[in-house]
Amino acid sequence: MAYNYEEYIRKGRLPHIWCPGCGYGIIMKSMIRAIADMGWSKDETVIASGIGCASRLPGYLDFNTLHTTHGRSLAFATGIKLANPALKIVALGGDGDMSAIGGNHFIHACRRNIDMTVIIFNNNIYGMTGGQYSPTTPAGAKATTAPFGMLEPDFDLCKLAIAAGATFVGRSTSYHALPMEKLFKEAFSHKGLSVVEIITGCPTGFGRKNNQKTPASMLLWQKDHAVTQKMAEKMSAEELEGKFVTGILHQDTSKNEYVENYDKVTGFTLEQGGK
Amino acid sequence: MAKSEIKINKERCKGCEICVVLCPAQVLDMQDFKVHVADIEKCTACMQCELRCPDFAIEVTRL
Ligand SMILES: Cc1ncc(C[n+]2csc(CCOP(=O)(O)OP(=O)(O)O)c2C)c(N)n1
Ligand code: SF4
Ligand code: SF4
Ligand code: SF4
Ligand SMILES: [Mg+2]
Repeated sequence: MAYNYEEYIRKGRLPHIWCPGCGYGIIMKSMIRAIADMGWSKDETVIASGIGCASRLPGYLDFNTLHTTHGRSLAFATGIKLANPALKIVALGGDGDMSAIGGNHFIHACRRNIDMTVIIFNNNIYGMTGGQYSPTTPAGAKATTAPFGMLEPDFDLCKLAIAAGATFVGRSTSYHALPMEKLFKEAFSHKGLSVVEIITGCPTGFGRKNNQKTPASMLLWQKDHAVTQKMAEKMSAEELEGKFVTGILHQDTSKNEYVENYDKVTGFTLEQGGK
Repeated sequence: MAKSEIKINKERCKGCEICVVLCPAQVLDMQDFKVHVADIEKCTACMQCELRCPDFAIEVTRL
């Protein structure tokens, strides 16, 4: 049966602004199905974003949404969670938004372990501003600001999140529409800071310069380079070269969550009508 | 007998060809830069096209 996405999309907002074949529409669909399946109501769900093509997403969805300043969605999201801990919070942004200008907010949100889900749309580039390299542009890849190839090594965002203290870290791709939906639900169900990285294609700013000439070829590249944990365990270091692991990469339920710690000291958020 | 009904929203389709390339049964092709159902009889209602259309432009209903 065709899925009724319209129920969660603000009337008259489609077509969206994303380029033909941009992976973001596929991620938005998986997010809608995951939130609907969690049974979260429109009023208890908050989706915050920063600036960039990815960050345009909340504007299409019929939840409580915020489009904030570049790299700052986590600061706004943290304030909202503390003011009303009963709310379900998702903060999202691009690789640039979350790991360049917002990298500082990102590592400290991970360290703080506040109960919310961070979704990073990693298309390896600054899409919105014309394809400049980002902290996740692979070494050697071409960007408008790296015409001879990226000179710097790239961040592994999942390793960064784990090292910074996030208690749930997972990865999927826009090719893997259904596993991505499942991973979102696992992240939403986790108490604490969950990070989900979605590897996705920017045909306009990245694909055309980097031998992935069509949107479909970008999705097939993701299919060919993703390996599950199970597969990775059986592969040698050489076989894993250039591949990335998908699924839940890290989960730790032993650490205290920030709002609970805060409540223990102040009783404040509970008094405010929180959980 | 066709197993499915496919509804295309031509206003929304941006002609990215993702559904055409990823359909495992060669059901779809392009016409005037938009997706077009070439052979509905081959469709297995696997939903791959609907899941991966970034533009909410193609809907499959299993019959
Ligand atoms: C303070 C500030 N600096 C710079 C910009 C310009 N700017 C807008 S979006 C963007 C980067 C977007 O890249 P990313 O976060 O990866 O999102 P994408 O467009 O790829 O989804 C930049 C640098 C801005 N809007 N605000
Ligand atoms: S520039 Fe890239 S990221 Fe932005 S909408 Fe176009 S394809 Fe998507
Ligand atoms: S439902 Fe499956 S077989 Fe039918 S058109 Fe879509 S991708 Fe092809
Ligand atoms: S995937 Fe969607 S937008 Fe792209 S060609 Fe198919 S129907 Fe059109
Ligand atoms: Mg980006």
